[in-house]
Amino acid sequence: MTKVTMTINGKTVVGDVEGNTLLASFLRDDQRLTGTHIGCDTSQCGACTVHVNGRAVKSCTMFASEAEGAEVSTVEGQAAADGTLNTIQQAFQDHHGLQCGFCTPGMVMTTAALLKENPKPTVEEVRTYLEGNICRCTGYHNIVKAIMAASGQDVSAIAAE
Amino acid sequence: MPKDDGIGAATLRREDVRFLTGAGQYTDDIKQFGETAAVFARSTVANGVIKSIDITAAAAMPGVLAIFTGEDFVEVGGNPAGWLINSRDGTPMHEPKRPVLAHGKVRHVGDAYAAVIAETAEQAKNAVEAIEADIQELPAVVNMKDALSSSNYVHDEISTNQCFDWGWIEDNREATDAAIKGAHHVTTLELVNNRLVPNAMEPRSSRASYDRSRDEYVLHTTSQNPHLTRLLISAFVLGIPENKLTVIAPDVGGGFGSKIYHYGEEALVLAASKRLNRPVSWTADRSEAFLTDAHGRDHVTKIELALDEAGNFLAFRTETLANVGAYLSNFATATPTFLHGTLMAGNYTVPNVYVNVKAVFTNTAPVDAYRGAGRPEATYSLERVIDMAAREIGRDPIELRRQNFIKPDQYPFASAAGLEYDSGNYDALMDQMEKVADKAGFAERRKKSEAKGLLRGFGVNAYIEACGIAPSNLVGVLGSRVGLYDAATVRVNATGNLSVMVGAHSHGQGHETAFPQVVAEMLGIDATSIDIVHGDTSKIPFGMGTYGSRSLAVCGSAVVRATEKIINKAKKIAGHMLEASDSDIELKDGVFSVAGTDKSVSFGEVALKAYIPHEFPLEDIEPGLEETAFYDPANFTYPSGAYCCEVELDPETGKVRVDRMTAVDDFGNIINPMIVTGQVHGGLGQGIGQALLENTTYNEDGQLLSASYMDYAMPRADDLPFYTVDHSQGTACTHNPLGVKGCGEAGAIGSPPTVVNAVIDAMQSGGKNVTHIDMPVTPHRVWSAMKNA
Repeated sequence: MTKVTMTINGKTVVGDVEGNTLLASFLRDDQRLTGTHIGCDTSQCGACTVHVNGRAVKSCTMFASEAEGAEVSTVEGQAAADGTLNTIQQAFQDHHGLQCGFCTPGMVMTTAALLKENPKPTVEEVRTYLEGNICRCTGYHNIVKAIMAASGQDVSAIAAE
Repeated sequence: MPKDDGIGAATLRREDVRFLTGAGQYTDDIKQFGETAAVFARSTVANGVIKSIDITAAAAMPGVLAIFTGEDFVEVGGNPAGWLINSRDGTPMHEPKRPVLAHGKVRHVGDAYAAVIAETAEQAKNAVEAIEADIQELPAVVNMKDALSSSNYVHDEISTNQCFDWGWIEDNREATDAAIKGAHHVTTLELVNNRLVPNAMEPRSSRASYDRSRDEYVLHTTSQNPHLTRLLISAFVLGIPENKLTVIAPDVGGGFGSKIYHYGEEALVLAASKRLNRPVSWTADRSEAFLTDAHGRDHVTKIELALDEAGNFLAFRTETLANVGAYLSNFATATPTFLHGTLMAGNYTVPNVYVNVKAVFTNTAPVDAYRGAGRPEATYSLERVIDMAAREIGRDPIELRRQNFIKPDQYPFASAAGLEYDSGNYDALMDQMEKVADKAGFAERRKKSEAKGLLRGFGVNAYIEACGIAPSNLVGVLGSRVGLYDAATVRVNATGNLSVMVGAHSHGQGHETAFPQVVAEMLGIDATSIDIVHGDTSKIPFGMGTYGSRSLAVCGSAVVRATEKIINKAKKIAGHMLEASDSDIELKDGVFSVAGTDKSVSFGEVALKAYIPHEFPLEDIEPGLEETAFYDPANFTYPSGAYCCEVELDPETGKVRVDRMTAVDDFGNIINPMIVTGQVHGGLGQGIGQALLENTTYNEDGQLLSASYMDYAMPRADDLPFYTVDHSQGTACTHNPLGVKGCGEAGAIGSPPTVVNAVIDAMQSGGKNVTHIDMPVTPHRVWSAMKNA
């Protein structure tokens, strides 16, 4: 066991982990932040995406001990303290960008990283950026639309309901 | 203009908030005090005799609490097939036992033969590695045609690999043969409906706990139908009395069919929780999901279409081999038969239809219903052979379909495949499709593609499908071992808000939003005061769950019936309060009033009165305001649609890209158009995935080659287009109170042939006489087909 200290959603936490404990497991099992999901074994699906020091990371490919001293943010830290959804979360609800909800935390975190790097992406840029996040429910239409809306762009031309 | 949250409103989903904030509670998110972990030892060979299993070393490993093998479950029952199919000669299908853990033989890669329970999953995994299993590998039976002629049997005790040889409708066989023999033109197509893995993003997970003080169990599990799971465990597998077992399906991360079925892991964790008197949990990793979730499709089909000189359809004759894998999953026998053969008349007035299906055991994972379940297979065969026939006889594919469509004045229409369609208007759907897809602009778009060196193809489809499988008395005659009703309890609480307990389960479909819209509309109250309770057998009435696009048409109808009972009783209470006859009471906008007077009481006042029944005429009115209804539909519902796809194909590489995808569907009346559109989007994504990307490949040894997201081509955002979805041409279902059909599977049913028809059109536009290509239409297949044409 090694002691790790990191900041998660603005709060300093200390934990004891094995050398091979994944960050995803540390978040879920030790910190009980179960919004970070595990959907595959091969770092393909992106359901476990969190931010480490401002960058999107698949938390199933990183050891918890590697996050020593890091600033980690997860889906649980995205809404305001009073529960108000942030712009990205609200856009996903407004445009029906989720169904079963399992990939959703990863989508929200990946979108946050995208819009930080590229505040006004094109549709093609959005689709390419989402390559590491698999959704089986939505056919991606409404996810892409929600992301375009979250970036403040006009989505009225995208076929709608 | 629909109300903000009543029927027809695009109400935003209330469940989204918990999913968007990480507050959803999926099975693996639930932790219990003292929890232990189960890990399974799974076969690495497709077929083998279990000579011995030595657990001595594994049992001595750190943290190990118990080890189970097939021996521990010899005395308990097998996981049964839910539908009995009789062969053409009248003999019943073969039903080899499907045990909790393999015993004697392993029959597919991933077949579990032992399970270790340890303090942690990691300790259990290490102990699984230390189990010494002597499994003698045998040759595997993988290919269906080989399986039928082989004397190497998946199940030795039945001495055949054929589960059944089914004919539908056997009495039509001779007439169909004669029609084909005498026809002016016959088009013949041999095709493969590719095997798919459902791939819900949440892997299966089950956690059991046992309460020794009451001899009761609780099972949290990833299920689309918790009551059905409980029934299977209680009545067939473990024999735990139903009233001692609670099954809870909390938030479930997608199902697509794969979570309908009861799996051995559920029984294992239950048995282990009692033996250890501690909670036992298991969550699949993705490799286990690929190896053991029930797969979908996997048909090899020959279809013939006979036409007369004028292009009228005379007959469809189909021969299909359907893979059921190594064991019969719960609905494996219904999917290729009654959910496939009965749809083989399509949208057409064709007089003769005959379908022969042979179901085949192989050393592969079980195959069962996956989004669409039988209807995608039917639609793909029909709509591909019709397109091929149109090309062969030089007819426009849309016009040939229109000529043979059932017309709006022909309903109810008895199809040649044995169903009675209640409503539809296929020409109106086709008209609307041609309009919204801008068919007129295709020629111009083709020119533009060609200027870029790309071929452009236009493909269409007309589909009909059957949702909300019913009624119970008919399916019972046809072999179903379950009823196919659903149930709802509407509980008006004393303070005026409502809890509506439903048998349907929501794992992405938005029931928590859509069902309250129905109740709010009926009662004239705010939908936010109505909560849906689902997924917990200790709270909900016995309903059959969610699959086959049945939730709204069947369970929603039960909600309507229960709400009608609430209104009737509430009117009695209001009549008592207002000193009027209940027949004079009217309900409008949440207020009960005496007709023609200004005397009224609010819904909330009636609710309170129901629970504080001072001065109640107790001989006439019982206290309380809670009603249950079970609803058994009179018929299936029959959604239909006209789809169109335009692809761009690069002749240099064979790469196909879907550029435009249009779905015009008739879903009858619509409760929440936003949710309906989302359901179609998802189906389209999966259907395009089947057409272009996804394939499940076993090698000749029965090893699954496509067992991870590195190897199985899941559709990603940059593989798919924006879709155009239209449901303006609905014709109301005539036999359920909401007039609704089903929208959950349509996209996956309608899109595969549409895409392939477009690919054929593109290749032919490039001067290549390719008449068929199997899915998935990969660059390699396209390039090879064009090279060899």
